[in-house]
Formats: sequence, C-alpha cells, structure tokens
Amino acid sequence: METKPFSDIAYEQFLAEEKLMGSRCKKCGAVFVPPRPICIKCYGDNIEWLEMRGSGKLCAFTCIAVGPPSMIEEGYTRENPYCSGVVELEEGARVVARIDGIDAKRPETIKIGMPLKTKFLRRGEGSLRKIILAFEPAEGIESP
Amino acid sequence: MFSTDSGESQYLQFGGEVERKRKLDRGVAVVAAGMSKFGLFKEKDSKDLLVEAFHECMSSVDKGMDPRDIDALYFGNFTNDFFVNQGHWGPIMSDLIGLVPKAATRTEGACASGALAFREGVFAIASGFYDVVLVAGAEEMSKRSTEEVTQGLALASSPYERKADFTFPGVFGATATAYFERYGATREDLMNVTIKSHNNARLNPKAHFGSSIRDIMTSKMDQARKKGEAVPKWENEKDFLGDLLVNPVVAWPMHLYDCSPISDGASCLLLVAEEMARSFTDHPLYVVGLGQGSGRGLHAKDDLTCFEATRFAAKEAYEMSGLKPEDVQICEVHDCFTIAEIVHIEDLGFFPPGEGYRAIKDGTTTLTGTKPINTSGGLKSKGHPVGATGLAQLYEIWKQLRGEAGQRQVPISDLRIGGAHNLGGTGGTCTFTILERR
Repeated sequence: METKPFSDIAYEQFLAEEKLMGSRCKKCGAVFVPPRPICIKCYGDNIEWLEMRGSGKLCAFTCIAVGPPSMIEEGYTRENPYCSGVVELEEGARVVARIDGIDAKRPETIKIGMPLKTKFLRRGEGSLRKIILAFEPAEGIESP
Repeated sequence: MFSTDSGESQYLQFGGEVERKRKLDRGVAVVAAGMSKFGLFKEKDSKDLLVEAFHECMSSVDKGMDPRDIDALYFGNFTNDFFVNQGHWGPIMSDLIGLVPKAATRTEGACASGALAFREGVFAIASGFYDVVLVAGAEEMSKRSTEEVTQGLALASSPYERKADFTFPGVFGATATAYFERYGATREDLMNVTIKSHNNARLNPKAHFGSSIRDIMTSKMDQARKKGEAVPKWENEKDFLGDLLVNPVVAWPMHLYDCSPISDGASCLLLVAEEMARSFTDHPLYVVGLGQGSGRGLHAKDDLTCFEATRFAAKEAYEMSGLKPEDVQICEVHDCFTIAEIVHIEDLGFFPPGEGYRAIKDGTTTLTGTKPINTSGGLKSKGHPVGATGLAQLYEIWKQLRGEAGQRQVPISDLRIGGAHNLGGTGGTCTFTILERR
C-alpha cells in the first residue's frame, strides 16, 4: 500500500476496495482527499497515505433532476432526482460525493450540517463494475 | 451552527488606498466592437455569426479603417471541437475575414475563453509587438441535443465533481445551498435576479430572450385562454416562477429560469495602441484594469460561498487601475446561474459578503439603480454562447460608456468606468476587466 503513488488512479483503486484514502504531509500534517503528490500548504514532498474514518458533515448539496446520460440510464429522471454534495470529513478535508439515504424529491428535508458516514455505491457489472463514493445519514437516522 | 467556510478570504479587502501594482508598458484602447444576434440558429454556423459581428465592428470605427491594417487575431472558443466536430479555429476564422497569412491564435478557458482572447490581444499590443489586434469569440451550441451540450460543457468541470455525478447546474446549486445556509437568502432572491435580467434583455435587440418574465407569463395565459384551456392563476412574476410546471427543477435549488440558455453567437473588439486610438475614434475606451485568477473544484475550496479566482482577479484589476469597487459604475458579471450573479457582485467588492442578494432585492442593481449590473440581460437572458460571452460583456460596456445602448442606456451622468467579469468552468478561470472613457 505504501508504494502506491499519490495519484487519482491509486485513489480509485482504494475506492474499489471500499477504502477512502487521502494523503498526509509528514512535515506540516495537511490532509488532502483525493491525495496530492505535492503538499500545497508547505511544498513538502514527504507524503504518506491516510485512511479516512468515514464520518463527516454535509456542507452543501444539490438534488439533480437533469443528470448526465450515465445517470439517466440508471433511472434518475425528473421524477426521480438524486443528490450530490460536499462533505467535510472528521479529518478536516472535504470531498464531493453522492448523498444517499435521503429523499432527493424533498430537498427541504436535507440539512446542511447533518452527520454522515461513507457508503460505497456499486455501479455496473463484471469488468465494468465501479465503486462510487457516497455518504448516508449517520446513526441510521433517515431524514424526517 | 456548522460553518461553511474556513475563514475570511485574503482577497476581499479592497478598502483604503489601493497600492498601484502591474502596468502595461504601452497603453491599449478599444476603438470598435461588434456582436451577432444571440440565439438558436439552425441556418447559421459560427462563421456566419462571426461575420455578422465583424461587419458591425468594422462599421463602428468612427473614422473608418482598412481591415488589412489588423496585425493579428486572437480567437476565444471553448469546445466547438466537441459541438461541431471541428478544431483549429484560429486560421479558419482568420481566413474568413481576410487576415491570412497573419497570426491567428485560439484561446481556451472554458466559458472565459473570450476574456482570455482579450487579454492576449492587450498583452500583444502592450509589449510593442503589434499595433492593431482583433479579439473575437464564438460558440455554436444549438446543433447538438441538450444532453450532448451538457456533456460538452461538463468537460470544463473538475474531474472529481464529474465522478460524484455533479452537473454544471448542480455545482451552482450546491453553492446556493451553502449561501442560503450562511446568509439566510432564499429562492425568492434567485427569482429577483431572473426578473431583472429578463427586464434588461427585453430592451436588448441582440438578446436571446427578448421578453420580460411578466410578458412570458401573460403570453402563456393568453395562449391558454385562446385554446379554451384552464388559465393558470399566476398573480405575479414570482408566482409564475414558483410554478414547477413552467419552471421545473434542474438541480435544486436551480430551476429552469435560474440557468443561462444554450445559445449560438459571436462577438469581437478592435484593440489598438493608445497613442493611435484617436486616429480611429474620438471616443476610445482605455484598458485600465486587468485581472485573472484560478480556482479549484468544490472539494478543495476554502469557502463554498465565494469564488477565490474572482476575488484574486478583482484585486489584480483594482491594483492595476488604482480604482476601488465603488468607482466601477456599471458591470457585466458572469450570471451563468442566478446564484452566480449574487456571489460575483460580492466577490468583486461591490457589496459585502452576504449583502449581494439584498442589493438586488432593493433595486440597487437595476438599470436605474445606483450600481446597474448586467444591463445587457446577462448570460441568463442575453444568451451564453460560451466562447463569445467574455467579449459580448465588453461589447455591452463599450455601448454603455459611449452612450449608444439605446433603450437600455443607464441614466448615470458622467458614465466613464465599466467592468466585465467572466468565469470559466465552475470557477477554474475568472477574469475582471475595467474600461474607462476619458
């Protein structure tokens, strides 16, 4: 694991193993998700991998009714929107991800600041199988 | 409550005396401008539209000129490669207007491609290399389906946003939820932007949409009446915009009328060295402020309720010009989505963070307000052929500062200074340009 380069490709490989991984600068401690090969805070290049614990809070979101072709194929339409958002992880870094386990048809029930935990969504079959990073409400609480 | 940012930006402090930084070694002036009609043109392509803009540009040179005196072309275009399956647009456009074999260079900065062409033209003259430069931009989007255009535009968003299934409207929708949470604005504040932009575009004969929201509402009611259908009971514009049947969700809270349209169009400006300007016209506009900044994807932004690249570009332009936000009398801002206009007028320093939506609500930014914003109708209503947009914004400033904006001319006496703010992608490239009439 330590030998993997701090690249988008390695980040995706970890996601496929249902691990959310970032980079940490050994010099200044800055954490980046996805990882960065260069620490843009201190320009240090002594970097290590850090696995995120997978909990965070919702910072911003949108409920998308007109999605890209790949989402339309999955059945997400005007009648069945999906939610994507920005999540601030416990470790401080932010990620963009799908937000699951909420009612995207009722955006007023989705609250900024709500606690979330990771959930890895599977898309496609066989060699096309892909893992999409998502979050769902923590503590099994469905939105009201 | 959970905070949506990690501290005050270092770029928003525009108060006090501005320290002059950066300058052009040789001044540059705008002496002519042209713009095609914006809209959906099945029978016209990018070339036809550029010719339309070029004709107007050449005929707007007050003292006349020979087009053969143009030294070079800078041409802004985002992704006609994708939209019409043709790349390498510099020499194609240059040949069209008779400039071959002179230099032709294409610039690309997503929806800010036009402003980048303008900057390159300015730098080429300021360096002393050229004296007369044409800067132009065009985009041809209507020949593709909405899904394909969406896919084409998404090429300019961050790769991580694409993997999280964000769309362009989705990124701005997320910006809106963070802004609402922090400052207490609501959808009604977005509607104020839509209503204002349509009111202005109604007075702009080149705009994609030439109707106010009230006109559209009344016309739909008349149509229903004529067909003998039930007439919708909309009492006012906000009632109309609140009806999901006419204004459906695209990416909540962005609805259809929060989004700029898919448009075709072209625009151009003629730039010359300052010392030559008066031989072209007695009323040139001088390039006094230039700024350009870069930004990151949503996940890496320090503050979700602003655009760092805009703040950086604004600081640079104010420092170059020695001007302050209050000196900029009118401004075109990149309202690709309604929330963007609210955020930009804050990032440019016209209003404090969290006050932009209030200024729009109280009428400060209307044609007759004290700080008119997007007098052209903006991207929302004038249209947004992406490569043409940055230069079309400057075209509006050209018209307004010369008193040639017709019905939409702002009634400010001694109107001398105007700005144009262009944004590319989801904030990856932002520019701010200030022009002055002396």
